[in-house]
Amino acid sequence: MIKFLVKGILRDPSKSIIPIFVISIGVMVTVVVSGMVKGILSDIVNKNANLDTGHLKIMTKPYADNKDQLPNDLAILDLSILKDSLELNYPNVDWAPRIKFGGIIDVPDEEGETKIQGPTLGLAYSILDKESKELKRLGIENSLIKGEIPKAENQILISDEFANKLNLNPGDEITFFGSTMEGSMVFEKLIMSGTIRFGTPVLDKGSFIMDLSYAQKILDMDDGAGELLGFLDKEIYNPIKAEEIKKDFNKKNAKNLDEFAPIMLTLRDQNDLAPTLDLMDLIIGIFIFVFVSAMSLVLWNTGLMGGLRRYNEFGIRLALGESKPKVYKFLLMESLIIGTIGSFIGTILGVSFCYYLQEVGLDFSDELAGASIVMPSIMRAHISIDLFFIGFIPGLVSMFFGTALSGRGIFKRETARLFKELEV
Amino acid sequence: MKLVFKLLVIFFSSINLFSQNNTFPSASSVIKKIDFNMLSKSQIINSEMIVYGKRKSRTIRSRGYSEGLDKNFTEYLYPEREKGTKMLRLDDRLWIYSPSTDRIIQLSGHLLRQSLMGSDLSYEDMMEERKLSEIYNAKIVAEEKIEDRDVWKMELTALVDDINYFKRILWVDKERYVPIKEDLFAKSGELLKRISFYNFKKTDGRWYPRKMNYRDMLKNGKGTDFIINEIKFNVSIPDQYFLKSTLKE
Repeated sequence: MIKFLVKGILRDPSKSIIPIFVISIGVMVTVVVSGMVKGILSDIVNKNANLDTGHLKIMTKPYADNKDQLPNDLAILDLSILKDSLELNYPNVDWAPRIKFGGIIDVPDEEGETKIQGPTLGLAYSILDKESKELKRLGIENSLIKGEIPKAENQILISDEFANKLNLNPGDEITFFGSTMEGSMVFEKLIMSGTIRFGTPVLDKGSFIMDLSYAQKILDMDDGAGELLGFLDKEIYNPIKAEEIKKDFNKKNAKNLDEFAPIMLTLRDQNDLAPTLDLMDLIIGIFIFVFVSAMSLVLWNTGLMGGLRRYNEFGIRLALGESKPKVYKFLLMESLIIGTIGSFIGTILGVSFCYYLQEVGLDFSDELAGASIVMPSIMRAHISIDLFFIGFIPGLVSMFFGTALSGRGIFKRETARLFKELEV
Repeated sequence: MKLVFKLLVIFFSSINLFSQNNTFPSASSVIKKIDFNMLSKSQIINSEMIVYGKRKSRTIRSRGYSEGLDKNFTEYLYPEREKGTKMLRLDDRLWIYSPSTDRIIQLSGHLLRQSLMGSDLSYEDMMEERKLSEIYNAKIVAEEKIEDRDVWKMELTALVDDINYFKRILWVDKERYVPIKEDLFAKSGELLKRISFYNFKKTDGRWYPRKMNYRDMLKNGKGTDFIINEIKFNVSIPDQYFLKSTLKE
């Protein structure tokens, strides 16, 4: 029967071309919009997690209260003890200590005097430790613009934009001027081994990356770190798991009366991400609901129109002796085939377009130039399994539903009237 | 009738003026006396700065030389980490020499608002040496008592634009003409810093505090104590102290 129906659809495109076109367009738009919104959301989450928040973050309570001021005098000390206990209690979490610190990068002239300088944000990650996952997590190799990854402790990577502003090239010497965790002055001669693009305007403006152990040394933070970030199994953020670990850790530390007791936050608790993510989730939900509903109405209407256009055909078939349920069943089967073809084409087109947007993306760096939060400057779509269903199912169901409604007319045809119509 | 009214206004205004003059001296004369006490042609100061941190306190010792209002040289003597660090200020320019890197770094612009060695003082605070009488319009607003001393409460509003603090409120000792307490405000009216002055001694005819506590009011903490162990006024200082080229020596 299916073979017969397919033949009918192919030989008489007038009854299938418009519905297939409408379904394809509707499904494609649904897939592209869903893929793009999910891509942006997942980019925001990953970018924040990898660069700033982790899936979990531990700080001392006073550091957490003032974290915008980078108060390293309130940093976590005895880090190794804390890390050992965390690894014992939460073995599937990878813990990465980090330090953020402010200061000035000063570029000397030939006589060793200030040629040019600028305020900077130092980011200390474990990049020389071969066991650390930080290099891969931060995608440093892929983000390298010039030069190479630091191989010695006094080598740093500077954001490409900042390095260009300071007229620096790989191998150039600079002096970092800042302060230790206790406030003493720090003067450190460093070598710029390369430049990097973070892809986040707030960091691209004026940051540099240094190895964590060297930062601990020059900032007098031996066995200390401003923040200890936790990354869940396979580096995938699981909000339920993260919340469980946070509650357990904070419960265990609730009785710790030390002013500098550690406190754990999840990704959602930081950078105002909870309302942002909730709002975006809500917007996606509303958008998909409205869009799918609108598309369903269009397709339903297409099914109705198709049914009405074929009023005479049904009459002849009934006159030739086909039963009403059989004609109705054929009509529904036909709508399923048309819906499948349209949804298939729409999904393939949508996923292909999403793939393009995933690889190339949309550049918003100019619009985000003044942003002070961690946001990806290139928004990309994200292809996931659900994209193959999000348009396909509504495309199929709405066509089927529309045909089912319009096809009810078959049962209202009366034999006497049928013959009268056929005479005409 | 109008003439009578004008005469009455003039009469009562004069009474008010005289009565205020009987209570408060001229604000500008008070400010000039403060300038006399706090500023001199030249100074050599041996001092220590106690920075009260959240976890521990640090003591930093230094020797400072200043000449006029625009030349200042400071050499840090203690602790080991700061030893040999030198700062030279000429007008509004500041250079810092670090012996560990053998480099001289110039600080300017908003970088001067950074904390000096983790203290509650900024580089700008350290550099501000202008006479109050030249950069502020002063008025006496009240009489009060602080720690058994009779003081005038004075309100100073900036006359110039290039100034660290738009408004200052000073509590000035009526007898010694030195501030006992000072609140420093931003143009928005926000209280930024509070300085308390202690342990006044008279040297070479001028009263001068031997201890000051600076508190950054935007932070929680005990602030920073600046203690003067030795001070000499109007001494001759060789010019070489104020040369950039001698910072590395």
